[in-house]
Order: sequence, then C-alpha cells, then structure tokens
Amino acid sequence: MSAPQKLPRWAELGLLPLINLAAALLLSGLVVKILGESPWAAFKLLASGAFGTQEGIGYTLYYATNFIFTGLGVAVAYHAGLFNIGCEGQAYIGGLGSGLIALWLGDRAPFFVVLPIAIVAGAAFGAAWALIPAWLQARRGSHIVITTIMFNFIAASLMTYLLVNVLIKPGQQSPESREFGPQAMLPAAHELFAKIGITFSPSPLNLAFAIALLASALVWVLVWRTRWGYALRVVGQNPSAAVYAGISPSRIIIQAMLLSGALAGGLGLNELLGSQHRILIDFPGGAGFVGIAVALMGRNHPIGILVSAVLFGALAQGGAQLAFDMPKINRDMVVVIQGLVILFCGALENVFRAPLALLFRAKGEK
Amino acid sequence: METYTLIVLTLAATIRVATPLLLAAIAGMFSERSGVVDLGLEGKMLGAAFAAAAGSAATGSAWVGLGSGIATAVLLALLFAYATVTQRGNQVVAAMAINIMVAGLGPTLALAWFNLGGQTPQLDGPGQRFTSLVWPWANTAAEYPLPGLLYAQLLSGHNLIVYVTVALVPLSAWVLFRTRFGLRLRAVGESPQAVDTAGISVTGLRYQAILISGVLCGVAGTYLSTAASAGFTRDMTAGKGYLALAALIFGKWKPYPTLFACLLFAFTDALASRLQGVSLPLVGVIPVQAILALPYVLTVLLLAGFVGKATAPAAIGLPYSKEK
Amino acid sequence: MDKHLSTPTPSSASPSVPALELRAIDKRFGSVHANRTVSFAVAPGSIHGLIGENGAGKSTLMNIVYGFHRADSGEIRVNGRSVEITSPQEAIAAGIGMVHQHFMLVENFTVLENVVLGVEGGALLAGGLARARTELERLARDYALDVPLDAVVSELPVGLQQRVEILKALYRGAQILILDEPTAVLTPQEADALFRMLRRLRDEGKSVVLVTHKLREIMAITDRVTVMRQGAIVAEVATATTSPRELAEKMVGRAVLLRVDKSLAQPGATLLAVRDLDVRDRLGVARVKGVSFDLRAGEIVGLAGVSGNGQSELLEALAGIRFPTRGSITLQNHDLIRERLDPRQRRALGLAHVPEDRLRMGVVANFSAEDNAILGYHDRATYNPGALLDRAAIRAACEGKMAAHDVRPPMPSLRISAFSGGNQQKLVLAREIDVDPRVLLIGQPTRGVDIGAIEFIHKKLVALRDAGKALLIVSVELDEILGLADRILVMNAGEIVGELLRADATEEKIGLMMAGIDSRAGFSPPTESGLKSALPQT
Repeated sequence: MSAPQKLPRWAELGLLPLINLAAALLLSGLVVKILGESPWAAFKLLASGAFGTQEGIGYTLYYATNFIFTGLGVAVAYHAGLFNIGCEGQAYIGGLGSGLIALWLGDRAPFFVVLPIAIVAGAAFGAAWALIPAWLQARRGSHIVITTIMFNFIAASLMTYLLVNVLIKPGQQSPESREFGPQAMLPAAHELFAKIGITFSPSPLNLAFAIALLASALVWVLVWRTRWGYALRVVGQNPSAAVYAGISPSRIIIQAMLLSGALAGGLGLNELLGSQHRILIDFPGGAGFVGIAVALMGRNHPIGILVSAVLFGALAQGGAQLAFDMPKINRDMVVVIQGLVILFCGALENVFRAPLALLFRAKGEK
Repeated sequence: METYTLIVLTLAATIRVATPLLLAAIAGMFSERSGVVDLGLEGKMLGAAFAAAAGSAATGSAWVGLGSGIATAVLLALLFAYATVTQRGNQVVAAMAINIMVAGLGPTLALAWFNLGGQTPQLDGPGQRFTSLVWPWANTAAEYPLPGLLYAQLLSGHNLIVYVTVALVPLSAWVLFRTRFGLRLRAVGESPQAVDTAGISVTGLRYQAILISGVLCGVAGTYLSTAASAGFTRDMTAGKGYLALAALIFGKWKPYPTLFACLLFAFTDALASRLQGVSLPLVGVIPVQAILALPYVLTVLLLAGFVGKATAPAAIGLPYSKEK
Repeated sequence: MDKHLSTPTPSSASPSVPALELRAIDKRFGSVHANRTVSFAVAPGSIHGLIGENGAGKSTLMNIVYGFHRADSGEIRVNGRSVEITSPQEAIAAGIGMVHQHFMLVENFTVLENVVLGVEGGALLAGGLARARTELERLARDYALDVPLDAVVSELPVGLQQRVEILKALYRGAQILILDEPTAVLTPQEADALFRMLRRLRDEGKSVVLVTHKLREIMAITDRVTVMRQGAIVAEVATATTSPRELAEKMVGRAVLLRVDKSLAQPGATLLAVRDLDVRDRLGVARVKGVSFDLRAGEIVGLAGVSGNGQSELLEALAGIRFPTRGSITLQNHDLIRERLDPRQRRALGLAHVPEDRLRMGVVANFSAEDNAILGYHDRATYNPGALLDRAAIRAACEGKMAAHDVRPPMPSLRISAFSGGNQQKLVLAREIDVDPRVLLIGQPTRGVDIGAIEFIHKKLVALRDAGKALLIVSVELDEILGLADRILVMNAGEIVGELLRADATEEKIGLMMAGIDSRAGFSPPTESGLKSALPQT
C-alpha cells in the first residue's frame, strides 16, 4: 500500500513527532560530537540557557513569539493545501506596516489607539504581500511555492530600498529608521509584571507574546469551530468534495493566504514594536522559515505550534548560551538543528511511520 | 572609448556572475526534467562552497577542493533523493530542510575546524584557487580597443570553471536531446507511467538525475568559494540557488534559453553595481534594488503567464507510485 | 535487426498450443477477490474477447498478464512455455504487448520518440531513431497503421494516439496484443478503423485479446469470447455460436437480481425539467448532447448506460459541479443554468445529490463521520446558531442520522474511512435526504456496498419516492435500474437513445439499447457502420 499508513490519533499527533524530534536531536548530538564537544553537556547548557533563568525564559518566549506568528501563518495555508514559503517576506512587509504606524503615531496618539491600528496595519500589509501569489495560484495556476519564494526576494529588495533611501534616520550610516515614539512601544513583560508586584528579570519578552497566544486561540476557533474553517479544511483535504459541497476552492485559497500573510505580519509587533523600537534591515531573521519547521512539527495545530515554537525559541536562546560557553560551537548550530527537525518531521516522516504502523497493526491483530 | 571599455568590463563581469548561476540552473534542469522540484540548489551549492574551501585550505590544492565540493553536494543530493524518491517525501520540504541544515552546518564546522568565526581561512597560497587563465597575447591585445579588449576581457581572463561551464550548455543540450538517457529523462518528468510500462525504472532515472544535479551544484559551489572569492563565508550563496531556479523557469527548462536567462539575470546584477548612484539621462537614478529584484519580478510575470508561458514538466513535484 | 525485434517461436507452428494461457490465476486485493481461479486460453492467430461488467475482474487479469500486478497463485504460459512475469519488461520480453485504456504516452514527445522509449537500441538516439523509422514504416505498410512519425502525440486525435500504442507494442515484437476497452475513447469511425487493423493483425498470425464490456464489439470482431462475472469465468464460447442476448444474460447473471418490493408509481407534478442540455469536458469534447427530460414527483427515473456515455457528466451538470454549454435546468421556477446557481444554492432549492464516486467527492476521507454528515450543509443555521459551529448540534444530528439509517458503528467521532463502504454510503444518503429535498440525484447508489446495505438503501429510495420525491438514479448495474426505476432512460454517446416505462422494459431491450444495437423506430444507431463492415468477413 502506498497510502500513508494510518496511526492512532495519539500516535500521529504525539508519538510520531516525538520520535522524529528524537531522531533530529540524536543526529544533532552526533554533529556536536564531531565538533569535539560532549553532546550531553551541550544539551544541558542549551536547556539551562533556555529555561534556567528568568532572563533565559524571557528570551525563549520572546523568540517563540516570532515563531508562533509565522508557524500559524504556514499552518493556515497548509490547511487549504498550500505550502506558503513566503512567510519570511510577508512578515517583513507586515512589520513595515506596523512600523509605519508606529513611526507616524508613536508620539502623537495614545497607546491604546496606536496598538490596534498597528496590529491591523501589520496584518493588512502581510496579507497584501500574500495576495498576489494567492491570486496567481487560484486564478492562473502559478505554483505558489515558487511565487512566494520570489516574493521573499522582492520583499527584501523593497525593504532595503525603503530603509536605505526613505526611512533611514537622517545623518545615520546604518539603514534603520528613527526610534518609535513611546506610545508605539509594547510594554515588556518585566514592566507588566512589576505593575502587579512580581519581579521578573528584564528581557525582550513583551505584550506581543500575549497577542500571539490570542492569535493562536483565534486560529483554533476559526479553523475548527467555524463554517469558514470547515470549508478551508475541506478544500485542503479534498478539493473535489469542496466543489461538490458548493465551496469555491479558489476563493478559499485566496482567503487562506490572506490570513496566512496577516498572521506572519504579526511578527513585526514582537520584533519592532516590542523589542527593537525601530524598523531595521532583515528583522524577521529567518523566522519565516523556522515557521515551516514549527508548523510541521506542531502538526499544523495551534497547540502543537505553541509547543514547538517554544522549543525552537529555546533552541534560539539556548543556542546563544551554548555559543557563549562552548568555544567550538556557534549559534549556527541552532540552524543545523532546525534543518534536521524539518528533515525528520517533514521529508522523512514516512521513515518511522511505516514501522510504527506495522507495530500497531501487529498489536491490533493479537 | 570610455563607454566602450565600460560595456566590455560589464559584460566580463556578467560572465563571472553568470557562471555559478548557469551551473546551478543546469543542475536544476536535470532534476526538474526528471520530475523532481529542485529547491535544494541553494543548499547543495552552499555545502559545496564550504567543503571546497575547507578542502583547499587543508591541502593547499584547489583540485582537492573541487573534489570535496562535488562529494559534499552529491551526498546532499543522495539524501534528497532518498527522502523524495525512495521515501516519497515532500520535495519542497526536503529541499528546505537541506538548505537550512547546510546554512547552519557550514559555519558550524568552519568554526570548529578553523576557529575563524565561521569562515574558512583566506585561500592565498599557490594553487589553492582556480585563477584566471590568460590567453596568449591577451595583455598585448588589450592595447587595441575594439577586437583587442574584447579578446582580453571577454574571451581570455576567466578561470577554468567558467570555460567548462560554457561548454556545459551545448553538452547538456546534446545529452538531453540526442541521447537515450536524455530521452528517458525527459519522458520520466512528463509521464512516469509511460516510462514504467516501457520497462524502465523510474526510481533509477530520478536518482541519476538528482545525482547529476549534485555534481553540478558541487562545481558551482566550488566556483563561489575557490574561484570567485578566496574562501567560504556565511551564507555566501545569498539566494543564488533560488535565482538559478528562476533562471531555469525563465529558460523554460531548456539549455540555451536558460543560458540566456542566466546571462540576463547576471547582467542585471553587473549593471546594478555599475549604476549605483549614477544618474541616467531621462530616468534619473534607478534604485539598485529595483534592478536586483528584476529577475524575480520577471519570473513571477512569466509564471503568471503574462510574459510568454512556462510549462513545467507535467509530472513535476509528484512522487511516483505504481498503484495510482 | 535489433534483438528486441526478434520474433518468438512462430505461433502458427502448432495450432493446438495456445499463444497465451492462464492457469488457475487467483488474486485478492484485501477483502476483494478480484480473480477466482481463472483459467483462460487464447489461440494463435485469433481475436479473443474478454467481456464482463465493470468490476468483473477483466482489467485485473490483464494487468497480471502484463506484469503490473502479481497473481497470488496460478501460472502464465506463452506458446506452451511457463513464464514468470513480474514486470512489464518481462511481459514485453515474452512477446506480450498491452494498450491501456489510459494511454501510456509521453504527450509532448513525437510518435517516433514514444515508440523507441525503452528500446532505443544504443546510447545515442540518432541511429536508433533512424532504424526505428525504417521499421515503423514497414509496420505501417504491413498493418495499415499509418501515423505521422514526427508529429507530437498531444496534437494527434485520440484514434491516432491509440495507433501509436499499438505500434509501440508491435515494435517491441509483441505476438500477443491486449487491448483494454480500446473503443471507450473512440468515435464509431475510429473504432471501425481499429477493428480493420486488428483483423489484419490476426491474419498475420498475431493473437489479440480484446477487453470490453460492449457486446457489439464482441459480436463484430472476435473469434471466441470469454465472459467474466464477479472475478470468475462463467462462459467461453465461439462467437459465431452465441448471441448478444445470451452474452448479456451471462454477463449480468440471473442470480444477483435483487427484488425490490414496491407499488406502482403515482407520478405527480414535474419538479425538475431539463431541456437541450449540452455539456463539454475540459478538453472541449461534447459529453452530453441535447438531453431533455422531466423528473416528476413520486417517481424514480433510472438512467442506464455503459459507463462513459455521458451519465456522469449529466449528473454533475444537474448538481452544479459542471456548467453546461447550452440548455436549461428548471427547478422551482429557477433556471439553474441562466442564474448560474452553485451546488450550495441548488441544495437550498431542494436539490440533493449523492455523487457517483463517494471517496472522490462524497466524503472527506480524513474527516470524522459527523463532519462528513454536514458536508454541503455546513453553513446552515442549524449548525451555526451564531458565529461558531455548534459541535453538539452536529454530533446530535449525526447520531440521529446514524440511528435512522442503521449506520454501524454509531460513532460520530470515528474517521469516515474507518467505516465500511455500505455504512459510508448510508451516511451520505442520510445526509442528503434528511434535509427533505424535493429532487434527489443519486449516482451509483450501491457501488462498493455490501448486500445487506444494498437492500436497506433500495428500500429507502422507494420510500422516498412514495413520499413524493423525484429521484434520478444513475447506475451501471442494470439490475439496480430494473429493480428501482419506474421509468428508464438509456444513454449512449452522450444522447438519450431510449425511454421505457418499467413495465415495458426487459434486460435485453435495455442492454441492446445501451450497447447501441437495438433501434427504435426513427432511431438510427451510431454504430451501424461497425456492424456492416464486420459482416462480410466473419
């Protein structure tokens, strides 16, 4: 049988991703070994760097926030049967939207006015950047994988142009905008905690994390609890059945991509309004691609995405610690692990599925 | 006279930029013609760039560098083939995984082996790089503007890989359209069922195609780190693999049009650096970024069917299984 | 001459030895017993028909011969020698060629390139192509198989593409040629040309196996015919000694006829009126031509026909999945075509649809039963009291449907693919009739459904009729049509070629209409030429 073997739900959603993750980590450990360091020591350093201190946890969740936004973006498109590789570009342009609002209103409107407008602008810009590939896929059949890759590069060129020529703070060398006004800065977690009397070490973790959690909940409701989400999943699973049911696949494809781009656009809230407080070159920093890994490992479900986003956040933060403490290892090791996770959770997932399915069948027949 | 020199120099730069693009695009042509989407050009090139620089730095021989570059890219191609052909995994996901993994692995290994912050040592010893081959009398010829400069700058003065790449275009066209292997390769990308019923192994053909892609990406990566520059730096492919893919699509998966697309894309690159801040008559200053984004915009327009029509091999992206 | 062109032992040497012989071939796919100890022999220099209904096991048997499937047990002999065939390559080496129903051609290759693919005769193409050209020109002369060798296949008409497939087989030295439903895609004229060609091949000493479910082809061209039913061989006779009627009876079999108890229909007002409907497929080929009929309240209309004669396209056009190029469909004073109503809007007008291919269209395999039970009705207020889906209401609705239609196991959260075909179909039917539609379109009501469920479904359909619904049933099972329908429409080549009241209908009459043999007054079968050309020579 060539059809992907069926596993019990808990094994499909829990066991298989764990096995795949274990395989990726095992191979990563091997790389660490080759580098001449102890994998176990590296693992401990990584874990303690990510979760050992309040500051570490703060950073971990701060990185995770980016990955939640892009992971959700990839997942929503995936439910419509689309592979959106363009979250990087959509996050970049989406962040521009939020950033422009922040630059414009940051010192002339109150925070509670700026924030919603910035959120809407980020979502709108991100969605707009996804619209053209979506439209081309739905109406002209242009392969969305290729067009979104092209749009990542076009976004990068556009942003470089804007930052170098338009947004750059006058009299400055590096291509960055001026700093946002105070009303456009999302409060940091330690500030918020301080207000209710809890002391928490300073870190870039900020309100955007809560917004990301909210977005996850909204995605869950939208995909699994509304008629639109139902239609979305029908299109992704069986386009013929969608047509039969009176659902227009091309309309759903466009809508799903708009939502996908909008979610990716949320990254700017965390990275720009929450942490950098200015628009700068390449602020998504590959989070759009990490989103692919996060969505794959999280099985495109918001809860799975949360868990794997935190895991990748921990990798990013713990990796920094690792690079600091082990001279033979730098932060690029984290990227290696990300790649291996995508490899095992995505491309090679059938390697373990087949034996696992056999195992379950053997058990079932007993 | 001044303009003329400028044009010749820009064209010479175009050739240098086009070389790795063309190598990667032809690599992609083989795998995509067999029905496998090759987003992994970037990763294979980057892996080879690192291995070539490391090999050359360790042994002092560019040829060892070339060997290790090719070997590395072929290994990555094997991994890709195993995931996508044998395991029938998603081709896009597998390629992205390899690209991301290699992007991290290069600097990681470089740091561990050379301790230079993720780079390889500067390749400045004799024989560590593929250097320009100066043709006979080129220096003398350069004195005479019209044919001389053309001879000295365009024909002469490139390294071995450039010349090999130029020869590769007619060679791959010949393989694709004049040999049994080419016929089968084109067939398997269009209709694996037809190939299967004709008693030919679909798996075998796709493995061969992906391995060829590996070899050529290996050469392309070697060019980047041991010919175009003197060592490996982080993310030194900088999207050239994707640009090559765009060129391949723009060239409609055919050798000569792909050559043209690579030259066009490389020319925009060379032009962009020449036009930086230069005010042109009528249009004024063209933003460099606009020129750099041009290849991607053109490719999207082509894919949308607004500029001609690019028809991909019919079976591209689909894992083959007999049952279906 | 190339070695791959060398001819196996001349088959005319000993006429008693069959060119191809299958001994006790047995094959199961999971729970389906596709071939039950089938033994089958083809004499050299003959055209042998293999006939049976859809799903009788003909294609499986031939795919075993061509090495696509492996038999569980049994033996294949070619010219008296036992051969092991595990791949197409080995079949080719044994002198067996096959023309598949869906052509195995590389569309953007030339004819010549397609023919040499796999037998290029060297690493370089030039020499091989030149030799192939000479050889093909000879074959074309010998068998009247003219094809422009340098034309690109996709630009050739279907009949010529089929010729390329035959040339491929002959070029590989085939002595035994299997054709799977070769006329399914051909016009009558093209079919005639094919038959002339096949006779020529037979006269040259080749053996031909013609797999079909069309009686007229069997009668027109074969020397012997083997009838398959439900995976087994039920008859083998010389064509000259049999009749279409006898073959039709054997194909369908008396034993499987299911009786449905029902009273006489009391047709009421017309609920759905179809006029002059034309439907074209994606390639612009006309699939439904000028179809007109009425569906009235309280009647079941059966649409009979050999599959591929436009029934599916007609059904999908009525349901709103395809848009016709001409004509009108009137339901509740709405012209569904002019107003371009989609399936959802048609459902709102009371038009329900059980699709022919359940797994392709009727259900989402990965969804739970309860999610499948709202497909097409997911945006109704019942399930959407506010902005959100009411999961409890969805579950309750599914439980209700499962209880009323005896769907087992009654577990709404279970994935639909875990249910048997019969229970899936009962749920789909429940989904479509629980909304109390006026008109119900049902494609293949009992395809892939076990006997128990068949009876249940048939009773339901009759009950719906008695409740005043109008039902249109498309089925390739003639029994089903005869058992259920009050009125029968017969389709052939996209047109309605006959209409019979149940009382006047016999299996034979319908069967012959389906096969295009019978002609009513004023109706000239499109197939006459095929018969004429067949007669003088046989």
